[in-house]
Amino acid sequence: MFLMKKAFIFLLAILTTFAVTGCGGNEAPGGAEGTAPNQPEQGAGGSILISGSTALQPLVEQAADVYMSSHAGSTIQVQGGGSGTGLSQVAEGTVQIGNSDIFAEEKEGIDASQLVDHKVAVVGIAAAVNPNVVVDNLTSQQLIDIFTGKITNWKDVGGDDVKVTLVNRPKSSGTRATFIQFGLKGQEEAEGVTQDSSGTVRKIINETPGAIGYLAFSYIDGKTVKGISLDGEAPTAENVTNNKYPIWAYEHMYTKGEPTGLTKDFIDFMMTEEIQQGTVSQLGYIPVTSMKVQRDAAGNVK
Amino acid sequence: MSSPTKQHDSWWKEGVGKVLTTVSASILILTTLAIIYFIASKGLATFFSNGVSLVEFLIGTEWNPEGAPGQFGALPFILGSFIVTVGSALLAAPLGIGTAIFMTEISPRIGQKVMQPVIELLVGIPSVVYGFIGLSVLIPFLRNSFGGVGFSILAGILVLTVMILPTITSLSVDAVKRVPRDLKEASLALGATRWQTIWNIIVLRSSLPGLLMAIILGMARAFGEALAVQMVIGNTTAIPKSLLSPSNTLTSGITLNMGNTIPGSAYNNALWSMGLLLLIMTLIFILLIRWISKRGQA
Repeated sequence: MFLMKKAFIFLLAILTTFAVTGCGGNEAPGGAEGTAPNQPEQGAGGSILISGSTALQPLVEQAADVYMSSHAGSTIQVQGGGSGTGLSQVAEGTVQIGNSDIFAEEKEGIDASQLVDHKVAVVGIAAAVNPNVVVDNLTSQQLIDIFTGKITNWKDVGGDDVKVTLVNRPKSSGTRATFIQFGLKGQEEAEGVTQDSSGTVRKIINETPGAIGYLAFSYIDGKTVKGISLDGEAPTAENVTNNKYPIWAYEHMYTKGEPTGLTKDFIDFMMTEEIQQGTVSQLGYIPVTSMKVQRDAAGNVK
Repeated sequence: MSSPTKQHDSWWKEGVGKVLTTVSASILILTTLAIIYFIASKGLATFFSNGVSLVEFLIGTEWNPEGAPGQFGALPFILGSFIVTVGSALLAAPLGIGTAIFMTEISPRIGQKVMQPVIELLVGIPSVVYGFIGLSVLIPFLRNSFGGVGFSILAGILVLTVMILPTITSLSVDAVKRVPRDLKEASLALGATRWQTIWNIIVLRSSLPGLLMAIILGMARAFGEALAVQMVIGNTTAIPKSLLSPSNTLTSGITLNMGNTIPGSAYNNALWSMGLLLLIMTLIFILLIRWISKRGQA
């Protein structure tokens, strides 16, 4: 009998684990629902809740800190959860701003027509390799062939005789979607080691001989991982602003309808020169105000 | 202002206790039922609302829910989960049972003073720490020893083995301790050696149901573990070719994609279906345990 009791305690623990893993996606904001003020108008004070993209989270958090230090009485809470979470929560009205790495139009199941897009930053994504890989430049076709599994050895693109190891992102990742759309011209990548967190991806590329993956510019330091030029264009902020280097994406802050009150004030604050040329660049994003080209949801550049 | 009578006082105290325990029990039952209902309703939507065939989900090998048309073959996840679970149980069972016998029969003093705290410590280490050690120590070791990327089913099995070892050991200790003393003494009195007694009387006869239960609970834990496995298995959605190829599990499939998918979309529902499958497997583990414990009592 005693054993049975112990057995059930263990099973209970396992059930709890399911509850946590299973609901992680949407239940995280459960606690937030209570605190999120649903009143339509927020004065200069008040509080707002932001959730979504983990890639954009550090920037918004820092900007929120700066904002709150100069606007006593306003509270801005920034949470992660992923782009899908941010978009669905802002559409539901659970949060005032939903952060996303991709256009709402690109996500299945989101009614993009009721959401208003605010592009607050640009993030460049570079193909990143292990520092011992001697290749510095790839043509678009070579990049596609490597990621679709046609080229499996670095010697085929002018490197040493080392096997290529792909490091991917999960199928639902915004970074992956951007890389496939603009780096691989829409072709699906072959299966490889998959990790969601940029830090882990960098660690794997750094430690695995012949590894290649893709990372936001802010993770490319030249020492632990090396950024690869594409068709002779280096992955730099400048080359992104004029679209010479094509693999980049907007970081979006979505609101349901036109923003008002504190929400509007904070988004306006994100677009000030103080944040754009200061915080945005410092954290390795590219200021959206520096962009010389514009791109729409379908990927057309103007 | 009369003070309550003694009888009234005790009725009040008894009543409070009864209400408190009943409320706790009902909350637990309600929570469990709510979770099961929620997972089931979301998980079944894949098949009823999104029109994915159950057969494709269970034995299909192509997983591309955002493709056109979406492909929902979850077999690589299911297979990965089963292989790491069975593999880690195969490694951890002999180790755990061996340790348990050492702790109870060979050297109870060391068992009590050294092994017990060590096992309790192992239980207390959070899974993310196991995963991080696996990522930082085990993966480079496997890469240098066997080549390849290091991320592999084998890495998942090894990390899980360490994680479920304390579960199996402590439950095995209980099972072995429950063997009646006279049974052992009778065996020794009849001239059986110490090892003969341990193997034939303790392991194979008296405590077998308890040991099996320990192994199954270990497997249940391995099956549901997400974080540590996700960090070392490589999360490659393909049917594994060998123990050294990276693979995926149901749990890491869910954790890696849940935040990026939209609730209500086919992709998100498919993740819930994977959660439902995990729940069903746990129920099967529970039924197995009940069945074994009934047989053990008979």
